[in-house]
Amino acid sequence: MAKKQRPTRQKRPKPKRSAAPSRRRAARQPRRTARPAAHDPLGLADCERFLLQEARLLDEAKFDDWLALFTPDAWYWVPSQPDQPDPHETVSLIYDDRRLLETRVRRLASPRMYSQEPRSRTSRTIANVTIEEAQPTACTVRSKFVMIEFRRDSQRIFGGTAFHRLVRTENGLRIAWKRVDLVNCDAPMDGITIPF
Amino acid sequence: MTEQLSRFVQPGRVHRQIYTDPAIFALELERIFGAAWIYIGHESQVKNPGDYFATRIGRKPVVMTRDAGGKIHVVHNQCAHRGSLVVATESGNAAEFTCCYHGWTYHLDGRLKRVPLQHGYPGDFNPGDPNTAMVALPRVASYRGFVFASEAADGPGLEDFLGPMTASLDDMVDRAPEGEIEVAGGVFRHAYDANWKLYLENLCDAAHPIFTHRSSIEAALAQPDDAYSDGSGEIAIRQMRQNGAPYSFWESQVGIWTYPNGHSYLGDYHDDAKLVAALKDPVFRDYIAALEARKGKKEAQRVLEVRRWNSNVYPNLSFMSQFQQLRVVHPVAVDRTVVHTYNFRLKGAPDQMFRNTISFANTVNGTGSLVLTDDLEIYNRIRMGLSSEGAEWIEIGRGFDSDVPDGRGGRRGRNSTSEVYIRNMLDAWVGYMTTGAKGRTKPMRAAS
Repeated sequence: MAKKQRPTRQKRPKPKRSAAPSRRRAARQPRRTARPAAHDPLGLADCERFLLQEARLLDEAKFDDWLALFTPDAWYWVPSQPDQPDPHETVSLIYDDRRLLETRVRRLASPRMYSQEPRSRTSRTIANVTIEEAQPTACTVRSKFVMIEFRRDSQRIFGGTAFHRLVRTENGLRIAWKRVDLVNCDAPMDGITIPF
Repeated sequence: MTEQLSRFVQPGRVHRQIYTDPAIFALELERIFGAAWIYIGHESQVKNPGDYFATRIGRKPVVMTRDAGGKIHVVHNQCAHRGSLVVATESGNAAEFTCCYHGWTYHLDGRLKRVPLQHGYPGDFNPGDPNTAMVALPRVASYRGFVFASEAADGPGLEDFLGPMTASLDDMVDRAPEGEIEVAGGVFRHAYDANWKLYLENLCDAAHPIFTHRSSIEAALAQPDDAYSDGSGEIAIRQMRQNGAPYSFWESQVGIWTYPNGHSYLGDYHDDAKLVAALKDPVFRDYIAALEARKGKKEAQRVLEVRRWNSNVYPNLSFMSQFQQLRVVHPVAVDRTVVHTYNFRLKGAPDQMFRNTISFANTVNGTGSLVLTDDLEIYNRIRMGLSSEGAEWIEIGRGFDSDVPDGRGGRRGRNSTSEVYIRNMLDAWVGYMTTGAKGRTKPMRAAS
């Protein structure tokens, strides 16, 4: 019997070029936001490229590499309610500070994570990317996503809005925080094991 | 059928069919959910006159309301005219309920208030008939703010039904320095494709964490403590590590107690020295100080020495006082269950206590929890495994020969790994399924 294709954890291929934004390239491209260049050092194209790369890492189950995209004090949040004001006074589908996010990702690599035996396969589509707020070395990016998750014998569709706080570091862009608003966040739901 | 049903539960074993047969599921809704005291909600969810909270008894939509006089009612969420659902939102405040189909309007206690075109009905049409109403549940009672309702017009009273479990509910409230608690912090609604009984049958299972939760235990044990945490991850990781306690811990330090009507609790798992908010934790010290200031040293000490972990009130409620958690089991189909989980705020406790409650909820009840997701997988696998129709009988005999009577009319395991609490639930199951609500006064010993 042919072995089902299964995401394996591999070394991330060396990126061909740095994830850091290139001012030169950004300058050559037509501007897609109305913001003046002085306030928009992280160009939309760079942010978009970053989000696509992130989605690809998740789809390819390269969770360690995904974790490496976050800053050392980052948090990752999937609220349980629409317009949930904060993660401390209301429960969340996921609320991970950096320490718990590391534990979550470590567990994803465990062969004894029974809720991932068999593994999920996912396919993410990212669109409608806009820069909501920008400072010289950081910006908040809003995007829409659809994630199809297939596991065992059924397929689920998740969709919603993601907010990324991206900061420029000497290693390139990093995520200071990420918030994922699922359109059905308050629905009865089977377990969530793969990050959005 | 009734005689046949009692044959599904035998000493130390249960027939697989009661987890898979849609006909048995339909009977459970009628004979268990239609007869027992069913947990509806907490009074704080309908704090003010006019507040309502829509939920279900079994699969039946019902509404808990508080009328203008402050009295709490539970009524069927069905218009007496053409049968439409009347209350379509989960919670809110209303002076009256109006059906959106033809405008029949009801008082908050379910009585019919107004009928458009009433002159068109026959002369004997009586809008005051209690059955021409959003029909009220015949019995509604509250124990310290926890509201239960029963579809059976007679049967044991709520406190008789709860028995020694009242002490677990007392502990939920007594831990509040101001002696009052409120539902807060949102709700999880997690679901799985398997039978409803499996949920409570897992909550006092002390033998599964080290196996089922191994991935989160190992990931938490390997986690460096110097990675940044705002406090929430710290609580989560500490709890996951504690799940990794070896069998010897569960067999020597933790206990399981069971009582008539299927109730049980796991005790002595945590004492406050072991609590996530440990005694030396400044937040917990502030909390103890607040408790002592309001209740006195002696009472504060008594409260803190109650060491009940998960308490299960059969058939639909499980709660835990030490982190103010409460779970309500909603059977949807023989192979589909939804569980709603709530948190309580202790009035008069430091704000950070509630934040810890939220972090703990995310860890053990969260839809994306590193722990609960493996439990949900187990329930799903039980459904798939049972469909194999291999072994006909499921073993629930661990501890069978070593359980001992409890002074308060129940039985307890020699230690927490006994499956006595499952046998006890199935004893109650046989009681409800074969003799109805009245049979419960005579404790059944079918499985144990």
